[in-house]
Amino acid sequence: MDTQGPDTARPWIEAAKPSHPSLIDRAHQLGAKLGINNVPMSAWIDEDGILVRLGDAAFTRESPMKKMEITDDIPEPLRVVLTEAKKIQTDHEAYLGALRDWATKGADSQFALTPAEVLDRAGGRDFDTAKAAACFELGQHLYRGGNESEAIPYWRDAHRLDPSNWTYKRQAWSIADPNQGPTEHYEGNWIDDVKKQGGGESYYPLFEA
Amino acid sequence: MIIASLEIPKEDFEAQTGWVLKPEGACKGDRCVPLPALDPAAKTVDIRLLSAALGMPIVENARLGLYAVGPESGGPLLAGAECPDITLPDLDGNEVSISSFRGRKVVIVSWASW
Repeated sequence: MDTQGPDTARPWIEAAKPSHPSLIDRAHQLGAKLGINNVPMSAWIDEDGILVRLGDAAFTRESPMKKMEITDDIPEPLRVVLTEAKKIQTDHEAYLGALRDWATKGADSQFALTPAEVLDRAGGRDFDTAKAAACFELGQHLYRGGNESEAIPYWRDAHRLDPSNWTYKRQAWSIADPNQGPTEHYEGNWIDDVKKQGGGESYYPLFEA
Repeated sequence: MIIASLEIPKEDFEAQTGWVLKPEGACKGDRCVPLPALDPAAKTVDIRLLSAALGMPIVENARLGLYAVGPESGGPLLAGAECPDITLPDLDGNEVSISSFRGRKVVIVSWASW
């Protein structure tokens, strides 16, 4: 999910050399259509095209940031961000175990949800959330057309209207500042918003069977 | 959906929103919303009429004469458990539809450079 398109995603994909397709979601379709509002998050789809899980934090291994050494020579603002990032819980063992179970057992897996459970998990969309989507899309359209300064007020509105949507926020913050720190353009930033939500420990929801 | 006019062809509305305009109203999945003011013979629709009936917010950029029309609101995010159609390009610009993997299990994982 990257408004800046394939050239921004390319170095990461080429370095990872994945054997699976890696698709470029410039318009954040995954957010609009499946409610995916952070990375990494997943959707599981069965052989008939039916969603059987949605919205899990999709870590398959521990975040490398967990064991990262934060040295004194790192500038203070970045050190604060990394210290919080180090606290992030990934619950990767539970997620990977569940994924393997479903891959083997399919519909018999205890982790495959019923259609009603999937719809319940996806939830509803109120007017403010829908308006945030419109604001974010208009901001993207303006940004891609070279009008970055005109995009900012719309992205700011999207953040205000749908504050739980991390992709709206992180996408816009990262364009203003690669470290997603405080800028004059946005009321929030990664470290302050994570702390507001309860800190790195609760940044991702734990895996729920 | 980004538009430059509040009056757009019916087929553009249907293609971009997934709603189908029928004599009984606007329908998506099992849900139909009556649209008594909609002229069934007209080839275009007034987006303000649909916006009001479906709870689709309209956001304007007056300088460029552009409108962003948000998705419907006041109901569920998903019309059903079938995965909505998602088609995205790979790094070489080849379009890939999630539906092309029917017959196999698929896991979509979101990621980003940021």
